Amino acid sequence: MLGVGAYRTRNRPALSEVLPLPIGEMSWALTDHRDQSVRPTDWAGHPVMVFFGFTWCPDVCPTTLGDISLWLEDLGADANRLIVALISVDPERDTPAVLADYVSNFDPRIIGLTGPAEEVAQAAADFRVTYRRVDKDGGHYTMDHTAGVFLFHPDGRFASIIDFHEDRRFAVPKIRRTLS
Amino acid sequence: MNHFLLAAALTLSAPAAMACETVAIGDLTVEHAWSKATIGAGRPGVFYVEITNTGSTDDALVGIATPAAGMPMLHETVVQDGIASMPHAMSIPVPAGQSVQLSPGGYHGMLMGLTTALKEGDSFPVTLTFEKAGEVTVNVDVLSLRAEGPDCADAGQ
Ligand SMILES: [Cu+2]
Repeated sequence: MLGVGAYRTRNRPALSEVLPLPIGEMSWALTDHRDQSVRPTDWAGHPVMVFFGFTWCPDVCPTTLGDISLWLEDLGADANRLIVALISVDPERDTPAVLADYVSNFDPRIIGLTGPAEEVAQAAADFRVTYRRVDKDGGHYTMDHTAGVFLFHPDGRFASIIDFHEDRRFAVPKIRRTLS
Repeated sequence: MNHFLLAAALTLSAPAAMACETVAIGDLTVEHAWSKATIGAGRPGVFYVEITNTGSTDDALVGIATPAAGMPMLHETVVQDGIASMPHAMSIPVPAGQSVQLSPGGYHGMLMGLTTALKEGDSFPVTLTFEKAGEVTVNVDVLSLRAEGPDCADAGQ
């Protein structure tokens, strides 16, 4: 662990390697919870909010979706043009039907995205997101994954990240800055 | 309290009656036990609770058991360098004079092998085992998948 930290501070990666690509330069192709195909070009001209997760986990994912639902309620109709997407890092269990069941519990503007493993990997690479399968006792597995929420301007430029557990007083203004 | 406020208070507290119960064992009080609805029985449920140690001896939560799940365990959600992971927690410290929360995004009970899907409005018992105080059973209210916690008059204090 010490070695990793030392490596990071001495060899800080260039910003272009850690910031998500502009939406227009991304190349994934995924399927939403209504079985419709979605590509980055479909989001052209819209502000975008994306986070990665998996619905099997009863803690992090519903907490983030619950937070996002509250932010969207705060923003009201101002957020109607905002694309809000959960991208599953667990496509093996998160089929479009499972995602449909899942997102129906939250703000209706939130969509779920899944797809073949290689397309999920492409999306993660485009967003500079890390995820990893962790096998547990009893044949179960969970996924470690980047927990932040990514925001993009309507022209596709990356805007900012809302960290896990970030206070709503800071999160909502960050979103608002992408809406105009 | 006027009639309007009284009516509102009753409406809010009625569905969360059990989560608002407090049970005690020795110097420990256990309250605000709740869970979230699940999509089917094939994925785990979650268990949240608040434990207060009013004594002068440190204790620790070392296990949970419930008829609702075949393999309940303790987890901790950890976010490090922006990456969330969910390691197993061997025990959760309950230091003397302090409160510990199992709450969203932190420590939680992970209810693997649910016997049936958890639906909003259901309740089920969970037995907590403490290193020193022993065992105590609480009733757990199942709230919606979106819930952030039970609406108790004393919640958050
Ligand atoms: Cu867990």
